[in-house]
Amino acid sequence: MRDVAVVAFAQSPCQVANRRDDMADILLPVIREAVETAGIDRDDVDFVVSGSHDFYEGRTFSYIDSLDAVGAWPPISESHVESDAAWALAEAWSWLQLGEGDIALVYGIGRGSLPTDLDQVVPAQLDPYFLAPLAPHRDAIAGLQAHAAIEAGLTSEQGMAEVVARCLNAATDNPLAQRSGHVDVARLLDAPYVSSPLREHDVAPVGDAAAVVVLAADDAARRLAERPAWVRGVDHRMDTHYPGVRDLTESPSTQRAAGRAAEQAGFSMSDVDIAELHTEYSHQEAVLTNALGLNGAVVNPSGGPLAGRPVTATGLIRMGEAARRIRDGKADRALAHATSGQALQQNLICLLEGDG
Amino acid sequence: MSRGIAVTGVGQSKQAKRREVSIGAMVREAVTEAMADAELTFADIDAVVLSKTPDLFDGVMNPELYLADAMGAVGLPVTRVFTGGSVGGHAAIFGAHLVQAGLAERVLVVAYSKESEGNFTWALSRGLPFSAPLGAGAGGHFAPVIREYIRRSGAPEHIGWQVAVNHRLNAVRNPYAHVHRPDITVEEVRDSRMLWDPIRYLESCPSSDGSCAIVVTGEEHAGHTPRPPAWIHGMAWRTETGHFAGRDEVNPKAGQECAADAYRQAGIDDPPAQVDVAELYIPYSWYEPIWLENIGLAAEGGGWKLVEDGRTTFDGDLPVNPSGGVLSGNPTGATGLLRFAEAALQVRGLAGEHQVDARRAIGHAMGGASQFHALWVVGSDKPGVNT
Repeated sequence: MRDVAVVAFAQSPCQVANRRDDMADILLPVIREAVETAGIDRDDVDFVVSGSHDFYEGRTFSYIDSLDAVGAWPPISESHVESDAAWALAEAWSWLQLGEGDIALVYGIGRGSLPTDLDQVVPAQLDPYFLAPLAPHRDAIAGLQAHAAIEAGLTSEQGMAEVVARCLNAATDNPLAQRSGHVDVARLLDAPYVSSPLREHDVAPVGDAAAVVVLAADDAARRLAERPAWVRGVDHRMDTHYPGVRDLTESPSTQRAAGRAAEQAGFSMSDVDIAELHTEYSHQEAVLTNALGLNGAVVNPSGGPLAGRPVTATGLIRMGEAARRIRDGKADRALAHATSGQALQQNLICLLEGDG
Repeated sequence: MSRGIAVTGVGQSKQAKRREVSIGAMVREAVTEAMADAELTFADIDAVVLSKTPDLFDGVMNPELYLADAMGAVGLPVTRVFTGGSVGGHAAIFGAHLVQAGLAERVLVVAYSKESEGNFTWALSRGLPFSAPLGAGAGGHFAPVIREYIRRSGAPEHIGWQVAVNHRLNAVRNPYAHVHRPDITVEEVRDSRMLWDPIRYLESCPSSDGSCAIVVTGEEHAGHTPRPPAWIHGMAWRTETGHFAGRDEVNPKAGQECAADAYRQAGIDDPPAQVDVAELYIPYSWYEPIWLENIGLAAEGGGWKLVEDGRTTFDGDLPVNPSGGVLSGNPTGATGLLRFAEAALQVRGLAGEHQVDARRAIGHAMGGASQFHALWVVGSDKPGVNT
């Protein structure tokens, strides 16, 4: 296995809605910043891969417009995943293992503000014959999962509110967060339900942002970063689709991905100092920490998605945030998690480590 | 290539308007066939790659989630690739990369589209400010490019009609093809309705439902398969920006460089002489000469002469799309993978009625405004043996 590291990360501010910039306009300054941080020229990039989804943009082939920000001329080696850009990072990591190039640029763009009505978009992820016609609203299945998690004793409404308060508090140190502040748990619990037992603050706020990660292999990584965040393990797994046959309080795909990533990394979940989890809902922190067996790790020091969820960029931001803490010397080992689908159907685990 | 990689299983569904099956059932048809061909069970598969054109074509968002069960992908890594019409080629290459990198031993690559559950031309006719509100779909984009090819090359107009006939006659040999017109004639194509000048109705691809799946394995497994494997000799993808002043969309540089990279890996320095058959992404008939030139199977300006001389017909010395190609079936999400899979079937000797004499074949896919390109060279022999 080649040693591959995150050598740069940049992100645009998570905004409720950015109506000023188009896809390429949001992305271009973020790519510039990441490339400058790495101290490379765009021509030094051997492979480009991205993640986004047309259903948020409301048109086909929307990602093509983002290529204007990459400058795909002369022709480049390039690929795209139509899902969270964390899966693009996994593809870039795999590509670097081929040894055909040393530097990969990964970007994610998510504009969750564009759909007029997410209640029509989100159910389109479901089986189109048996589930989508039931038209569950955007938070309905998450509400069922939260309820199951409380019943299983994994968390409580109080515990969920405490997660939210902790994340929003942490986000006060994150200038790119969409939401932050010092909030009172008791006051959070006074709010009405949006999908019982979920309240508005339990739902990660959807918005717009772009994120860019530069990966480099071996000597290139050592040259480009003072303290590279080495990607020691990456794996992702899928659970069955049907919520009715899943135990929503468990996440077997997370467990399996974590087990495989730990095998690659040579260290386990209990060894990480921080964990950036793609929690689209507050109760998912309990489901994930339970599935992962995290042991004393600081969870979502950036504030996590509860402080900003730019849809398909959200998972990639977890990788970038975890790497940032290693590159800053604030952590030696970190975990980043990304998810896709309803109630954590698909999960990705990335383990990172700094030089000892 | 550091490690031998091969296609050991191929499956596909009938291409047609398939209102009698669900998306999941249609995908399962191809998956079941590919797994049976490779004589594997789902427990043998390490990763799944799903190829699909825009989700807005048939309305399911992130279909890898809904299809997890139909693809046998529960508990596995699943990557959903999307790069336009080239996506099937990208998915096949990404699947092969996973094996090449040693991250997987056996990868299942799946592709489908169910165009009949949506409105393809609506989905491709993007509103302002992205394109003029003509509702012109894909043909409206490609027609002026074809006009420019005709102007540059001086090709006579019957070349497009002849390609349409050649591919439809080939399709008669392929039971999976959507369009079966055994009696088609050049006159019939010529007299068919003009859709986007100069593209006539019978020079256009249909809108199809269909699926395709392949199994890619490392050499340790490819050496022990019941049927011959298709060895991957070279593979590449290239992307270029779609719209800028001075861009040559008739002979895009990304396509040239993509082919050149794959040929270099395969040790090919004279493509027309060293390639026996090609499955090319030809959604409109004129794209046969256009791609022949773009990927170096014909000299620039000379692609149409290969058609004129009958060299690309089923019995010619460089058959193009013996399966019938995109003109005879176009489930867009699967179309690219079908080209790659058909190339594999040819060098495995398993193409049935549309088998030609081939030991080395090209699978090719393109997408967007001819800006995404993917190509692989597959052979009957393991790379380095008899080549």
